[in-house]
Order: sequence, then C-alpha cells, then structure tokens
Amino acid sequence: MVRLVLRRLAWTGPLLFVVSVLCFLLISLVPGDPARTVLGPLAPPEQVEALHRQMGLDRPLTVQYLSWLADAVHGDLGRSVSTGTAVAPLIASRLAPTVSLILLTTLTVGVVGTALGVLSAVRGGPLGRLVDVASVVGLAVPGFWLALVLITWLAVRWRLFPATGYVPFGESPVGWLRSLALPVTATSLAAVTAVAKQTRDAMLDVLSRDFVRVMQANGLSTRSIVYRHALRTAAVPVVALLGVISASLLGATVLIENIFGLPGLGSGAALAAAQHDIPVLQGAVVCYTLIVVAIGLLADLAQAWLDPRVGAR
Amino acid sequence: MSGPGPASARLLRRPLVLLALLWLALVLVCALHPELVTGRDPVDQDLPAALSGPSAAHPLGTDRLGQDLLSRLAYGAAGTLWGVLVAVLTATVVGVGLGLLAGYLGGLVDALVGRLADLLFALPAIVILLVVVAVFPGDVTIAMLTFGLLLSSGLIRVVRAATRSTREELFIAAARLAGLSTPQILRRHVLPRLRGLVIVQASLVAAVALVMQASLAFLGFGPPPPEPSWGGMIDEARAVIVRHPWALFPPGLAVALTVLSFVLLGDAARDGATAAWSATKLARRRRRSPGAGVARTTAPAPAHPTGSAPAHPLGSAPAHPALSTPVHPVAPPPAGTPRHADTLLSVRQLSVQLPARPGRGARTGTTVVSDVDLDVGPGEIVGLVGESGCGKTVTALSILGLPPGDGRITGSCHFAGVDLVGATDRQWRTVRGRRIGYVAQDPMVSLDPTLRVGVQLAEAVRRHTGLGRRPARARVLALLRDVGLPAPETAARRYPHQLSGGMAQRVAIAFALAGDPDLLIADEPTTALDVTRQAEILALLARTSRDRRMAVLLVTHDLGVVAALCDRAVVMYAGQVVESCPVTDLFARPRHPYTRGLLAADPHRASRSGPLPTISGTVPAPGDWPTGCRFAPRCPLAGEPCRRAPVPLDRLGPGHAVRCVRPDEDRVAA
Repeated sequence: MVRLVLRRLAWTGPLLFVVSVLCFLLISLVPGDPARTVLGPLAPPEQVEALHRQMGLDRPLTVQYLSWLADAVHGDLGRSVSTGTAVAPLIASRLAPTVSLILLTTLTVGVVGTALGVLSAVRGGPLGRLVDVASVVGLAVPGFWLALVLITWLAVRWRLFPATGYVPFGESPVGWLRSLALPVTATSLAAVTAVAKQTRDAMLDVLSRDFVRVMQANGLSTRSIVYRHALRTAAVPVVALLGVISASLLGATVLIENIFGLPGLGSGAALAAAQHDIPVLQGAVVCYTLIVVAIGLLADLAQAWLDPRVGAR
Repeated sequence: MSGPGPASARLLRRPLVLLALLWLALVLVCALHPELVTGRDPVDQDLPAALSGPSAAHPLGTDRLGQDLLSRLAYGAAGTLWGVLVAVLTATVVGVGLGLLAGYLGGLVDALVGRLADLLFALPAIVILLVVVAVFPGDVTIAMLTFGLLLSSGLIRVVRAATRSTREELFIAAARLAGLSTPQILRRHVLPRLRGLVIVQASLVAAVALVMQASLAFLGFGPPPPEPSWGGMIDEARAVIVRHPWALFPPGLAVALTVLSFVLLGDAARDGATAAWSATKLARRRRRSPGAGVARTTAPAPAHPTGSAPAHPLGSAPAHPALSTPVHPVAPPPAGTPRHADTLLSVRQLSVQLPARPGRGARTGTTVVSDVDLDVGPGEIVGLVGESGCGKTVTALSILGLPPGDGRITGSCHFAGVDLVGATDRQWRTVRGRRIGYVAQDPMVSLDPTLRVGVQLAEAVRRHTGLGRRPARARVLALLRDVGLPAPETAARRYPHQLSGGMAQRVAIAFALAGDPDLLIADEPTTALDVTRQAEILALLARTSRDRRMAVLLVTHDLGVVAALCDRAVVMYAGQVVESCPVTDLFARPRHPYTRGLLAADPHRASRSGPLPTISGTVPAPGDWPTGCRFAPRCPLAGEPCRRAPVPLDRLGPGHAVRCVRPDEDRVAA
C-alpha cells in the first residue's frame, strides 16, 4: 500500500516537469512575438516591447524556464499579464467551486451509476437493455448542451434552481447544493451511464465466477453474495473507471463553469485563454495536473482497499 | 478474422448501423457540397424572420440575425468533419505507429513508449488545448492535431498489447524463419489483425474529438462569426435561450446524432472483431494454470459444449441465472432402482437439460445428464467416477440445485425426506451449507479474493449457527484447526492469494464444514493440487467423515482415490450411470466394459512392463450420444444388440447395478 502511494508520488515530479516544459515549448512556437499576440495587433510597439521584457521573453528559453521553475517551487507562479495580479492566489481563490463540482459529480456518478449497474445485472431484462442504450446515448449528448437545456427549463422556465452563480459552502450549505445541482446533473449524465454499464458488465462477470457458486452451494444469503462479495470484487474496475472519469471531468468543468457562471478554475482558464494570458494558463495547467495526480492516487488507494491483491502487486 | 465481405453484409443488416452510416453519409455530403442540401446562404440575414421556428422557408428555423439554421448546419459540417478527421488521423498514425514499435520491439522502446502513453493520458486535455488556442488564435487544425496526439495514448496501449500477443504466436515465428524482414512481418501479419481494434478505437476518438471540437467553438475558439460551426451555433442559441430555446436543438441534435453514429459503428466493428478474438481468449483461459505452480493432472472437464461456466456475452445477458433457483416442473414418479429408507441422499432419474442457445449452434436444449440414480447412506463415502466430460460435476451441482448454464433439472433427489428437485428457496436455506456442504475443484478461485479468510468463515458460521461475533470467531479458529492448519490465528488473517493451494483447499473445506453438514459434496478436491498435497487432503476428508459421521460424495476421475477412500463407487459415462457397486466389487468384479477399461488404464494398477493400456477414442459430447449403448463405439465387446436400443441399468446383486447388454461376458482383450 505504501509502495503504491510512493510510486504514484514519484511519478508526480517528472509529470509536472514534462507538462511545464511542454507549456514553455508551446509558447516558444508562437509565430512572431507572444507579447504582440497578447496585446493584439493594435497595441503600440513600445507597449509590446515593455510586455516582452516583463514576460522575460528577451532571455533565452532555458533561462526563462528555469527562472519560472525556481519561482514555481516557491509557490510563485508569476503575474497575470492582463490584470497584473499574482497567479498563485488567483488560482487558489478559484479552486473551491471546481473541487466542489468534481467531488459532487464523482459522488453522484459513483452512487447512481453503481446502483443502476447492480440492479440491471441482478434484475436484468428491460433495465439491463436500458442501461446498454443509455450508455451509448449518454456518450452522445454533450454535457454543455444538456446544461443549456437544463437552464432553459429547470432554471428559467420553472425557476426550480438558480441559473447561474455560486454560493460558497461556508455561506449556506443549502444554497451551495442548489447552486451546484444543475451543473452536477449536466456533468453527471454521460458518466453515470458509463459507470452503470461498467458495473453491470463487472457484476455479470463476477457472478459467474467459481467463488460465487461455492458460496451459493454452501448456503450464504443471496443478498450477502451480491452486495458484500460480488459487488466488492466488481467495484475494483468500476473505481478505476471512476478515477478516469473524475480526471476527465476537469475538461467538462471548463465548459460547465463557463455556462453556469461558476467562478472556478475552468472558467478562469477559458478567460485566460481568451485574453492570451499565458502565465495564468501555465498556473492552471500545473494545478490541473496536480488534481489529476490526486484523483489517481485516491483511485489507487480505493482499489487497494477493495482488493488486497492490488496493494500487494 | 472473418472476411470483409460477409461480415460487413451482416453488419449492414442491423438497422441501427445502417442508419448511422446514412447519417454520416449525409453529413459528408453537407461537408463536401452543402449547396446540394440547402439553397440558402448561411450568412444571408432574413431579419423579418429572425428567431422563427421551422417553416417552409426555413425548415429548421432561424437565429437572431434571421440566418437559416439548416444552411448554417450544412455549411458548418465541413469544419466539424475536418477537425474530427485531423484528430482521428493524428491519433491513429501516432497510436498505431508507436504501439506497433513498442509491442514488436519490446525492451527499452517499449518502456519509453509506455511512459509516453502514461504521460499523454495524465495531461489535462482541455487546458492544454486552451493553451494551444491562446497561442494560435483561431487555428482549429493545430488544436485538433494536439487533441489527436493526446488521445493516441489509448490506441498506443491497445495496439501494443495486441501486437505483443500476435508476435508471440507461432506463425510470426514461422514468418521470421522464412526470412521476412521486420517491416514485412508487421505489414503482412500484424497490421491485418489489428484492423478491427483500430477501427473501434478510431471511432471512439472521432466521437470524443467531435464533442471537443464543438466545445472549443462553443467557448469562442472556433471559426470567427459569421462563419457557421456547430459549437458556435450552440453558443449563438445560448444568447437567446430565454426567448427562443428551439435554436438549441438543431445543432445539439446534429452533434449528438453524429457522435452516436460514430459510437454505433465502433460497436459494430468491435462485435465483428470480438468474434475473432474470443476464441483466442478462451484458449488462453483454459491454459492458465490454477494456483501457484500447481499443475492439473487433467484438463478441467468441460461439462457441456459451451463451457461449464455460464458465459455471458457482454451486454446481452439477461438476469443472472445463477441467482434464481429455477422453478422445476413436477417430477414424474421416480422409476428405476427402488429407494432405500435408510439412505441420506437418494437420486432417481436425475436429468439435466441445458437451455437452447440460438446462435451457438444448439437450437434445442442439450441433455448433459440423463436418468442418474445414486444413493449415499449416512456416513458413507461414495465415489462418482468417470472421464472428463461424463457429467459428474453437473450431477454434483444439480443435487445442490445449482446446475451450470441455467440448466433444467428433472427427476427426483430425496435428501432427508425432502425432494430437492423443486425445493423452494426457503427449503434450500435449511439444506445448503447446513445439511450439505460443497467443496469445489480449484481452491484458488473458490474463495472471495477480497476478504480475509477469517471474515469469510465467520460469515458462514454465523449464517448457519446464529452465533454472535465472538463465539463465531472461536468457532472459526476451531474449524481451521480441525482442517489441519497449524496456526489458525495466522491463517484467519490471511487473504486467499496469500495461501498455498493445499492451505486454500483446507480453508475451502472448513468453509463447507461451517454449518456441520451431514453430506459433503467434494468436486475433484485434489485435482488442482500438488501430488504431495493430494494425499493430505484425502486423508483430511477421510478423517473428517469418520469424526463427524459425515457422508461424502466424492467426484473424481482417479481410481486410486476411490480405492483409498470410498465405500461405494458410481461410474458415469456420457451423462449416464453405467455401473454402481461397492468398492470391493469395483476392483474385484467390474462388470461394465467401461469400468474395466478405466481399471486397466489406471497407472497405479498397470503392470510395470509394457505401455499403459488406454481406452481408444474419446467421450462423445452431449448431443452426439449414440441411441444405443453410449459406450458401444469404444467398446471392444460391442455387437449389434448394443447399438439397437438404449440399455437399462440392471441390478445384478445386492448393491451392484450395471448398464450393459452382456455384463457377464469376460473381457476379450483390454
């Protein structure tokens, strides 16, 4: 178990390094002057020149990178070129809505998806076919489009939920939940159907294994066999999928935060991209990579807890 | 892999696949020649008709500038498909190239490519893409190129794994011997087999890339307005969401239908590919040896042609059959051997029929066990003997009401006065585990791999005895000591994978003993074990039976085991009982030619000089049974009467029955 964590953490350093190098390389690929790209074609040349120096573009690329890296290690991710504020606190202030969205969505997907999958595996029949169809349809309906449909009817027409805005948990837990209800629903749909299908396939596989038959033959209760033994074994690949899904939710948060006006990391990154604010984007990339690593670590730990063989490997 | 002709023809017959193809063809026409689909200019502003619903002039309505939604959709298709094409090509070229290299070359290249795939997978795709669009404003091609690169990790992994397994197969080795160069081998032998897999992955990449393309356009990183794009249209609809929500639907449905088409085509391709792959997979599963370093003495008996475990084709399986006790029709009055009053278990005319599996060759149900008669007295050890595939395991499991593959049981099976054929769930609750225990062949897969041994045993003990947590724990330790584990506390804390095969089988026996049963059904309990462990487990079974006055029905193919342990033997052949007698009779006066053949072929008893005699031929598969005596095709004594009609099971003397036309004739030759 400890080895598992250490291995995952040992992988984090190189990952961050490569990601940040990639970012720098990308920026160096910009045709012409990045400062010109940031400021647009109408800015006066002296202003471009000033920004050029401020961004450190007059220095060699390796020096630029090393100085960024040295600062980053100390928690300084530079300053936004559009607002001039420091990047690190900016990102920290935008973390809560994004993390709330990811946590709530993962929870919803895990609970609803697993429940549907187990039910359809045990009951079968129409529910099983429904899960099959839903998993395909869920993949096809884009989450951001569904979000707009939800806003139109549930928020604007019927006024059940707020259409936009974010209420911090500390301010009002109920308001927090209400402000996240529609975003979470929109992001969950595709993932719920995927998890339901994976759960169903895994359950059908486990239920046909020898140990299930031995337990039945020796008189263990069906409920215990299904929910205690089979589900635990079947949950291992499901948790792995959940980890992948949570990581991919980061992409969805960019759009969903944008649509619902949540002041999170994703909408911040989209805004920065529109303003060509490269230091903020670099900071966001580092932060997103850390979140991906953290999710992977949690998924590993959950799998090791569920199946002792995972930890022993 | 099946040829492209018939396979694609079969897929085309599926209506959904056909619809998906038609839709994609329509999108393609729009992309190449949008003027064929609509006569209107996509940026032509019909302001009086702004924000209107579908009408004759504007079949899909208009946006707030009065631009025709249908023509904007049609003209937006080109950019959408272009982005998808770029991503798919990038992912395929990079994924297949690197995957082939890694899988074929192995070693350092493999390790490096593996790391690269991990890295690509861990990168947060959308943020990287935001950096790209910030650096190259308005350039969709570079963004989708990057996205294709990020998505190639899945293809790298799949292609690498498939290449590795292909490389290890014989014909590649043969190709190398024949002097083909590496590129030639890859092109001629490896690539064709990857085709199906690559199509599946590419269709998934296409689906994901389309959504990403629309997402970027929605965020304002697509082509600049007024140029139409699907994602941009959703963004335009968002601005008028309160007044005119209809505008959401044309672009939303266009995206959804196109993604759906990609996914459906990918599924269809996978179904085509799995037909070729499943055969290899099954073969691999068979070969995998159970437990650590344990060799099987014989291959596991395939109980019926489709395999002994109920196989579920992914996605199409109904409710799990093993969890519902099948409802049986009222059994006809049992015929055959009369039932003894003092027997514990009395099986009469037990038959098992597997349900018809259309599409697997079996139109009607296959009978795998027919008219089995079998008695077990209290405390008696009865051996159920026969070659692999004779129906021993199916018989054993059917006694417990758990026939493999959702089989249908007929006949009767009286246990302590209750007919188990047709028993209710409530009746089974008092029988399974409490009156009859069950030990399976392979101990390494018969325990829950995720829970500690002690926890599993405690659950069984508490279920059967109703003991509390602490007394149950004491009982578990006593059980573990009973089955000969020297350090029960240590063993209880172990997980199944931490046990050796012999220890695991002892735990499995303890599990079956948890409810203190009167009968233990042990299905080849030593087959999966080391030879040295086999004798210990057999001794344990004999001792347990004696100490607890517990009867044992021992399924085995090993006559040595029968001689050492059993009081009586029941010999099965091709789903039938062919001889049943006390063990002394079995060895001294075997009556059925099959029994004699088995005895002659037993390595323990064969003369040391000369080759080991064998029975020529193999057990016929269920469904291929002859109408007359089922052993006749392999029998040295078979004559015309043997082949004419089914042979009944005749009682020869006390406790001795045989299914043979000429049981008294001496063997002519072994």
